[in-house]
Amino acid sequence: MKRIDCLRAIYPELEDCAVVTIMGAVAAELYSLGHRPNFFYLEHAMGLASSVGLGIALSQPERKVVVIDGDGSVLMNLGGLTTLARYAPRNLVHLVFDNEVLLSVGGGAPGGFKWFTTATSTGSDLAAIARGAGIRRAQLVRELDDFTEAALDGLKGDELTCVVAKVDAEMPASFLIDVHMLENRFEFARALQRMQAKTATGGTT
Amino acid sequence: MPVSATNSKVVYDAIKAAGVRLVSALPETWLVHLVRLADEDPDMILVRLAKEEEGVGISTGAHFAGLRTALLMQNHGFLQSINGIASLALLYKIPLLLLITDRGTMGERDPWQTEGGKYTRKVLDALNLVRDELNRPDEVRGKVAKAMTLAQSSLSPVALLLGRDLMWEEPTA
Repeated sequence: MKRIDCLRAIYPELEDCAVVTIMGAVAAELYSLGHRPNFFYLEHAMGLASSVGLGIALSQPERKVVVIDGDGSVLMNLGGLTTLARYAPRNLVHLVFDNEVLLSVGGGAPGGFKWFTTATSTGSDLAAIARGAGIRRAQLVRELDDFTEAALDGLKGDELTCVVAKVDAEMPASFLIDVHMLENRFEFARALQRMQAKTATGGTT
Repeated sequence: MPVSATNSKVVYDAIKAAGVRLVSALPETWLVHLVRLADEDPDMILVRLAKEEEGVGISTGAHFAGLRTALLMQNHGFLQSINGIASLALLYKIPLLLLITDRGTMGERDPWQTEGGKYTRKVLDALNLVRDELNRPDEVRGKVAKAMTLAQSSLSPVALLLGRDLMWEEPTA
């Protein structure tokens, strides 16, 4: 299963969501499908994407929040899964692409990232960890159809959902993101607050 | 309980007056009343953390969504949060109101607090964060308001150290 195919499958559903991604391949591939102001690419601070998502979800309970995470990042903030479970925001979907390596580190040579395996390569099961943390709807998927169904269920549902997707460890076609970090940060905040104002007034414009 | 309930209330009221709607916290003795006050306040979102660095992410998300926040942490929790502060708050220009209990300084009885206490200010200074100290109840409201104003205008973390004289009441023998 390829990340980009997973992203393509859910992309049309992300229009009204607040989307927070980790850095590297995930951010670049989502960007390659077409940037939107409601996409925030957290270009550093590994592990905190889910915390940023939780902050948004608690602040705007009417907004669907989608965090697109990775195994390396989740492993840096396993405690954050317990915090997510503790508050269990019904409007948050946590998608975790598990390629079993720290791919975006690169490794300095073609395929060098293959030396940077994470503990999911030796059996650590992030979906089981998420369930153990208290996230009731957490599942591991290996096929695109299963990913699409689980992710769309989460997006349309009303319960904290975690989907761990085993994906190929493949570099993205490009790492280009032609939106400056600060530009992205300010446009994202503006988009969320504009969307909120619209919701608050019940307006249609 | 020698943690000052009275002065904790003064700090909590100041946070509320500064417009804070979400507080993240990790338990620490000096914060017991502040956490309780946040928990009992139906207008406050309290997020209890597993580790303090999460609070940087949560406050970032809340800021994007338009909410003012405060982070309650011990100085060792601040030390634990450094990468989040550098690689998220400072890198992305995120306002944070850091309320940090100033453990391990003059009068500290817990041996385990004494090492980290020597670095709190140096690390704040190394990060170039503006900081001030809260030691008297009469200065709390003004300093919290000004710290929030600066955090919002500079889009940067600002730190207030909660001092022993404010937070701790020595039992009279």
